[in-house]
Amino acid sequence: MPSGDNPFYTALTLILGMDQGLFSVVLLSLKVSLFAVIIASLLALPLGAALALWRFPGRNALIVLLNALMGLPPVVAGLCVYLLLSRAGPLGQFGLLFTPTAMVIAQVILVFPIIAALTRQQVEALHGEYAEQLSSLGLSQLRMMPTLLWDARFGLLTVILAGFGRASAEVGAVMIVGGNIDGVTRVMTTSIVLETNKGNLALALGLGIVLLTLVTLINALAHWVSETAKRRLG
Amino acid sequence: MNAPLSPYLRAVASNVPALRLEQASFEHRGHRLLSPTTLLFSGCQRTLIMGPNGAGKSLLMRLAHGLLRPSSGQISWEGKPPVQAMVFQRPVLLRRTALDNLTYALAVRRVPRHQRKTLALQALEKFGLTSLAKRPARVLSGGEQQRLTLARAWLLNPAVLFLDEPTSALDPAAIKAVEDAVNEFHQNGTRIIMTTHDLHQARRLADDVLFMHNGHVLEHTPAQQFFNAPASPQAGAFIRGELVW
Amino acid sequence: MQTTTTVIASLLGLSWSASLLAADDFITLASTTSTENSGLFSAIIPVFTEQTGIEVRVVAVGTGQAFEIARRGDADTLLVHDTAGEEQFIAAGYASERLDVMYNDFVIVGPNDDPAGITASERVADALARIAENTSPFASRGDDSGTNRTEQRLWEDAGVAPQGKWYRELGSGMGPTLNTAAGMNAYTFTDRATWVAFQNPQDLALLFEGDDALFNQYGSLLLSEEHYPHLKHDLAAQWHQWLVSEAGQQAIADFTVNDQQLFFPNAE
Repeated sequence: MPSGDNPFYTALTLILGMDQGLFSVVLLSLKVSLFAVIIASLLALPLGAALALWRFPGRNALIVLLNALMGLPPVVAGLCVYLLLSRAGPLGQFGLLFTPTAMVIAQVILVFPIIAALTRQQVEALHGEYAEQLSSLGLSQLRMMPTLLWDARFGLLTVILAGFGRASAEVGAVMIVGGNIDGVTRVMTTSIVLETNKGNLALALGLGIVLLTLVTLINALAHWVSETAKRRLG
Repeated sequence: MNAPLSPYLRAVASNVPALRLEQASFEHRGHRLLSPTTLLFSGCQRTLIMGPNGAGKSLLMRLAHGLLRPSSGQISWEGKPPVQAMVFQRPVLLRRTALDNLTYALAVRRVPRHQRKTLALQALEKFGLTSLAKRPARVLSGGEQQRLTLARAWLLNPAVLFLDEPTSALDPAAIKAVEDAVNEFHQNGTRIIMTTHDLHQARRLADDVLFMHNGHVLEHTPAQQFFNAPASPQAGAFIRGELVW
Repeated sequence: MQTTTTVIASLLGLSWSASLLAADDFITLASTTSTENSGLFSAIIPVFTEQTGIEVRVVAVGTGQAFEIARRGDADTLLVHDTAGEEQFIAAGYASERLDVMYNDFVIVGPNDDPAGITASERVADALARIAENTSPFASRGDDSGTNRTEQRLWEDAGVAPQGKWYRELGSGMGPTLNTAAGMNAYTFTDRATWVAFQNPQDLALLFEGDDALFNQYGSLLLSEEHYPHLKHDLAAQWHQWLVSEAGQQAIADFTVNDQQLFFPNAE
């Protein structure tokens, strides 16, 4: 078998000979997904905690909706953002379609329900344990929120990583709203699709291995940080 | 079925406001867990709430502390509600170091930031926990954890301290430490309201006893009177160590 | 070390300056997968950018979707291969001008042993009729793309209404369709550029070519200034004119894959 057909060899060549083109694709992938996860977390962590702490009419419906949206097909999210950001759409005047910003918006929509729904679950479990003690200390529900989020941090790190996994792995949404423009909106997953379409399966799989390696490294880093902290704080 | 307030309880003067229960009851999902109860917690003594499991001891304490609202009736302080703290059967500690658990409580009570650490270290020293300051609170032993919750309560300088079976999962040495701490609070002017099902502990600590059975407060009398001449047959059986249901 | 620093700096920076091309001016070009996947744009756009300083951002999709992107005002210019559709687009007022740029041709590829015997055919209509008669597996794009529309027209010309288990509509782009055809060892209808640049042919081979009916014309469209006042019409016009200029036509002619020219400039 010629070495060019071996995806592992291809992946190794890609990593070792990381050229400017691949580097910018990898970097953009990380940037888009990290930004999306950061923005989604800033919105979803408080919402998830609020859902865990307060009882209000429509709460159960909201929880069911969030759980269902965890399975939102990326293509559908992409299509909605496309129609929103298109010149003919309501937010057309900002000219965001086919930019990395559009990709971040689409991924925020994909990641938000995952982080919100799982945060609700984690915080609710912790609230069951802490509620009486915190009330006894005189904390209102609102003031409990940061305490519960902080004390659930190890579980929430896994939740955020799940969101990051969804963001970095999806292709349907970024393909539609980013347009897979070379040097502008081309990321790892859209590159993989492109190379597959060209029949360049070894390169496609090689890129896949590079992506997986990156995601593994990020997860390993997060795991290491959390284990170290856990050992210190129990 | 509420015992009349004894003259003894009325007699004790205290600057801690009294807590009054007026026909307070509690129901949960159609079950009456506390029958309408009229009670007065006043003075600065150590009140031990006793009775078999399921009598409603913990429930009464949570109602008094304000963690639960009565289904009917009134629970009110005569005057400005005092500073209160509660120690639970299973210590609830945050996922931080022992020291940070204490500074957290001070932060909640809005103690200025620069004072927190000094105060927290003093409390740790008082409860013999100085060497554990930097240890994660949740890996401490059961006894150490309960001492830490007492140190946290101490920092709040409560006028009333509620303790819900604080020693039920501890070994004798740890039990002794908790009882010493309770007396320390009391000597410092804190009213103690504590549940236990340990008769020996009650004999050691109680100034007065509130005996509960099946959601009813059967008697509320000075400790001597309770142990020597219980008014209700259920209390008599309980003191003799018989199973009461 | 420097790489690490760059990564951290770039991640912290709020800008999206990952772009390789530093040009300030850019246009968005909606085009077809055949031009992008074959590598044509990577070959000719740098030449254009060097001459004009204008960056061209290519969104490569099916012809149907390219029209839709332009219709919604999301692209500055179009380069597609559906002459009838392009003329309709102008008639509807969305575009103001169309120019022939280049052509190539469609071919039929299929299993190397050619079970339907289409290599013997003189005309494409005959080749398609043989495939239908032999009920040999045929993978169709089925996505209403330029290629798909041409294929449908050719079936009509052959007097065959393709249906049955042997005729498989994939609803996919050209690349995925070729991958699938290779996997199921089926015949399929493809543009030559995508086929030549395709790297996973397995047992597929080029079996039929050369009929005039397989001619595949590419046209460049300038969009209506009246309809889309926000678009970069000046820059788009420069690209449009460059494609049909001597320099542009030469760049297209110079593009080869495996020493084979894939697009033939034919601007007037």
